[in-house]
Amino acid sequence: MAQDARRQGILKARGLTKAFGGPPVLREVDFELFPGEVHAVVGENGAGKSTLLKLLTGVHEPDAGEIAIDGAPVAIPSPAAAQALGIAHIFQEPTLFPDLSVAENIFVGRLPVGERFPVVRWRAMRQEARALLDSIGARLSPEALVGTLSVAEQQLVEIAAALSQKARYVLMDEPTASLTPREVERLFRIIRDLKDRGAGIVFVNHRLEEVFAIADRVTVLRDGGKVGTWTVGEVSRDEVIRAMVGRELARWAKQEMDAERRRGGPAGEVLLEVENLGARGRFAGVSLHVRRGEIVALAGLVGAGRSEVAQAIFGIERFHTGTIRFKGKPVAFRSPREALAAGIAYLPEDRQHQGLILPFPVSGNITLSILGEISRSGWLLRRKEQAMAKEQVERLGVRTPGISTPVQHLSGGNQQKVLVGKLLVTRPEVLILDEPTRGVDVGAKAEIHRLIVELARQGIGVLMISSDLSEVLALADRVLVMRDGRLAGELDRAQATEEAVMRLAVGGAASA
Amino acid sequence: MSSRVRQWTRDNATELLLFVLWLGSLALGAVISPYFLSVQNLFDMTSQFMELGLMALAMTLVIILGQIDLSVASILALTGVVFGLLQEGGMHAGAAMLLALGLSAALGLFNGWLAVAFRLPALVVTLGTMALYRGAGQILLGDRSTYGFPLWFISVDFRYIPGTPVPYPLVIFCLFALVFFLLLHRTTFGRLVYAIGANQRACRFSGIHVDRIQVAVFTLSGLMAGAAGLMMSSRFASARWDMASGYELDVITTVVLGGTSIFGGRGTIAGTVLALFVIGTLRYAMGLANVLPQNQGVVIGLLLVMAVLLPELWARWRAHSFARAAEGGGLARVKVRERSL
Repeated sequence: MAQDARRQGILKARGLTKAFGGPPVLREVDFELFPGEVHAVVGENGAGKSTLLKLLTGVHEPDAGEIAIDGAPVAIPSPAAAQALGIAHIFQEPTLFPDLSVAENIFVGRLPVGERFPVVRWRAMRQEARALLDSIGARLSPEALVGTLSVAEQQLVEIAAALSQKARYVLMDEPTASLTPREVERLFRIIRDLKDRGAGIVFVNHRLEEVFAIADRVTVLRDGGKVGTWTVGEVSRDEVIRAMVGRELARWAKQEMDAERRRGGPAGEVLLEVENLGARGRFAGVSLHVRRGEIVALAGLVGAGRSEVAQAIFGIERFHTGTIRFKGKPVAFRSPREALAAGIAYLPEDRQHQGLILPFPVSGNITLSILGEISRSGWLLRRKEQAMAKEQVERLGVRTPGISTPVQHLSGGNQQKVLVGKLLVTRPEVLILDEPTRGVDVGAKAEIHRLIVELARQGIGVLMISSDLSEVLALADRVLVMRDGRLAGELDRAQATEEAVMRLAVGGAASA
Repeated sequence: MSSRVRQWTRDNATELLLFVLWLGSLALGAVISPYFLSVQNLFDMTSQFMELGLMALAMTLVIILGQIDLSVASILALTGVVFGLLQEGGMHAGAAMLLALGLSAALGLFNGWLAVAFRLPALVVTLGTMALYRGAGQILLGDRSTYGFPLWFISVDFRYIPGTPVPYPLVIFCLFALVFFLLLHRTTFGRLVYAIGANQRACRFSGIHVDRIQVAVFTLSGLMAGAAGLMMSSRFASARWDMASGYELDVITTVVLGGTSIFGGRGTIAGTVLALFVIGTLRYAMGLANVLPQNQGVVIGLLLVMAVLLPELWARWRAHSFARAAEGGGLARVKVRERSL
């Protein structure tokens, strides 16, 4: 290999471990970056990709493990230290100063100052900025305000800034996430150019076609641990997908749930029917239906547009094309209130900000959407409220000191159950669950899974958005997979394997 | 039993602190003047800050909602001016009162509508209408006073419930305080005010008419400012465009001293009422001692800073002593205490 000839300047990490209070998000990960290579890092959501990058660029410090350049150990306690070592970080969303010019952003913190007078040498700075931008083929004015540029152009500014620091290692976190195919092409040209100049590039991504188009090697992370590193020419896309998904666990959970699911009857009539739904710039051509007693999973990677579809159905977001039918009648809810009244409830993915009133007691949260039912001409009927809250707490097995305990004192899993209770008191016929077990411990997760199955058996149609593959496979009767705002495919329970879902989610053919 | 007392103390720490402060200010007044501590004087004193109280009741809801209303004192003045002009023009004073109250509610509604319809922060909207409403009063009336109110209308502060030393402004305030207490603590409307103040986004996701509640609360705030305007016009037997100038800050100070969180979601009517009496009594006592009104601000300001700071320090000290107790092996005791929290 080409890089074998240039062994100088290897960035090497060994045994990197990091936890944020809970279980480690990164466990004893070894990682190697050669000069002149593009090294892709892939994995499911939450596999630890971004954390690895943040440890290498001083955003966070590792709990254990060491980083060495050319065999000499280095400490990277801060982004400034990383900069001094020639390590540059290109974030998923550019982190620039919108009200400063392109040139100022490139040289921020290092503005060239005159020798005799301590004033900024603007002209020299602009010239240098132009030279840098030209060298990566970016047609941008150094005087333009960064806030007026597109995301892709801002990325070019970040890359120019990295070059100006003579960065030897450029670490990119999902740089193509919000780029058009043409912009991706331009970025790839620049990456190849950087590589030819001898820079080592880390390319975090989960679009496999892009990884296979640009990377020399690929490292797969799963659940915070490293699965392996392969040379791109010597590994197939399917092998990488298999490495990304945790098979054993998923299969076990699925088999256990299969038995549970069989006890339910066949699915009933169609409750929710979505046809060709689209919202400009977010998703398009989404068609799906949910039957009574059925669990339909909406799988895909973060940013594929799943929550946006759910929120459009629920009346939070607007949609521009397509139709929604509920129990055969066309509907277009203008607010969550209308959706709830009709019989559709939505469990938001961010329970702390979109779901719960944290300082409110369990009872106050459960009854928030149905205050009309626990009041008479505006007066709260406390006894009725307590009874209703108690009923849900017992039904869902919420572990709480009492129904007057503020929900902020409960664990994540119990908060989630309270939120489910809040939806159930509206007596929904269709439940849309957005990441129902995110941030919930393993025990509570299993309980919530059983609860979802139970609700389906009672005749509720469930549309579940989840990034947790094992959860999707264990619970869903059918799996719809979204990619880049569109449905990439549908799998029934028998067809749905982790590989099949992941293949649809990351894209089969090189379409970019 | 004692644990229940302790629980109650903890739940009502702000109110208790304010009550102690009120006793303190009464003591201060007694020291300053021998006439202070007479029953008649204590009742008469209240008439000086009942307008403040009426506005503070509604402002409590506004601030719990996570908003602010800077225009209340301007609505007070404009309501007084319009009332005066209407009855100068020959309208029956009773009808003029109703019209003026209707106007004040409309002014509050306009505040709420502006904030909701254009997604503007209430701070900016009411900063604008504060100047707008005040200026409108000046244009309508000029720099003169309007007076000549009928006898039955004026000097409400010199009328008492027959056979008692209780003046009518206090009676009116107490009635409204009861109404607001019930509204905030016993109705679905009050529940929603707290919920929206604590997490507006979650309320939208829960199908709550967030905007309607907000407009309603601002309308209430305008209406109460209007009621305060009529009360003040009656007390002074006249109205001017520049009356109650700068009062909006006193109103906000009262509410915040009463323990309402300026970030929304937290606060009680009881706290506001107690804070009102603390501030009113202190100001009155200082007036007796010939402290200039502008210098009284020093004491009120200090009080406010203390009232905001003390619970914070108290919480920190508690957290600290918990940690120390846990380290020192006193874990069992800490656990018992925590359970009673």
